[in-house]
Amino acid sequence: MDESKGRMAAFLRDNQDKVVGSWSELVAAGLRGRTSPEEVRHELEELYSLVIRDLSGADEHAAGELRAVLDELSRSRARNGFTPSETALGVFSLKEAVYELVADSADLVPEFLAFSRMVDGLGLRTFESYSSARERIITDQASSMMELSTPVVRLWDGIIAVPLVGTLDSERTQLVMEKLLETLVATGADHAVIDITGVPTVDTEVAQHLLKTVSAARLLGAECTISGIRPQVAQTIVSLGIEFGDIATKATLADALALALRQAGLKVVPA
Amino acid sequence: MDQVPILKIGRTLFVSIQIDLQDESVMRLQEDLAEELAATGASGVIIDITAVEIVDSFIGRMLTMIGQISRLFDAETVIVGMRPAVAITLTELGLSLNGVRTALDAEKGLAMLNGRA
Repeated sequence: MDESKGRMAAFLRDNQDKVVGSWSELVAAGLRGRTSPEEVRHELEELYSLVIRDLSGADEHAAGELRAVLDELSRSRARNGFTPSETALGVFSLKEAVYELVADSADLVPEFLAFSRMVDGLGLRTFESYSSARERIITDQASSMMELSTPVVRLWDGIIAVPLVGTLDSERTQLVMEKLLETLVATGADHAVIDITGVPTVDTEVAQHLLKTVSAARLLGAECTISGIRPQVAQTIVSLGIEFGDIATKATLADALALALRQAGLKVVPA
Repeated sequence: MDQVPILKIGRTLFVSIQIDLQDESVMRLQEDLAEELAATGASGVIIDITAVEIVDSFIGRMLTMIGQISRLFDAETVIVGMRPAVAITLTELGLSLNGVRTALDAEKGLAMLNGRA
């Protein structure tokens, strides 16, 4: 096995220029001009020499380096909007390029088979790193959205508001609750308005989350009002039989602010 | 066993819990408070739990019971200075401290009691 790999490595080294030449032609054709041919050739030369080093077995770091280069290539292709198939096909076309040369000499067939298996592995590797790169992007976006989506704003001295936009799941409720309570303690506010205008649907779970938040705020000594109840939401709440108990609910944030001001003993008069 | 001191300020009893609450010390506090309420005829109790970082269902229930005991002496209980983490824990445990009022800090709690009287 090692011998055949060595022979293959020697063969690849001898025919480096030809193989890299036709390989980069194949890849460049697949990319349809989105990357310059020189750049493609440069990338592939690096990859090619690593493949040879890995095959010849002389260098134990070659396999790791080869994987790292492939990951990087796959990530940069992903960032530039290439599909994973395009990237993987680019790697697979190395087989085609080599086959053109091997076809003439029948004695290299077993070596070519082993080599082809290795290239298959490399192609699949690009697929894997593509999807892991995508997943990382998605989790990053989700966490930054999470941070963006829970502002706590001060409406008045002692009155704060939490405008909720988007779906309320347990993770987000937890975050909202923590932030609301911390702000209550930090600002010494004793009234909080939770505005759910931007919450698309209110089901029993969301209501449960809201109730939890309100009762936690009450334990700190702050009163909560829920505002921004839209007509459809009101209908859903009633038909689901959700009870908000003695928690004040208002149609708009303005109504809730007026209530909070009244409870704080303040009055708004025309100037 | 740690004892929690009970201070009398005007017509209010002030209890500041500065220790990690063990079940026994909570029981002791409950007894002491009942005796003190009977002796002084205080109209309000403020329990400051700013320093309390950990609560369990037992302590949560005890706080409610202290509220009920005070009610029997016609005194109102205000729990002040609860930490957010404690509030979240109590909510998750399903304890909403019925019959006990809450305030952000001792000053607001005192204002609450005075407003009543």
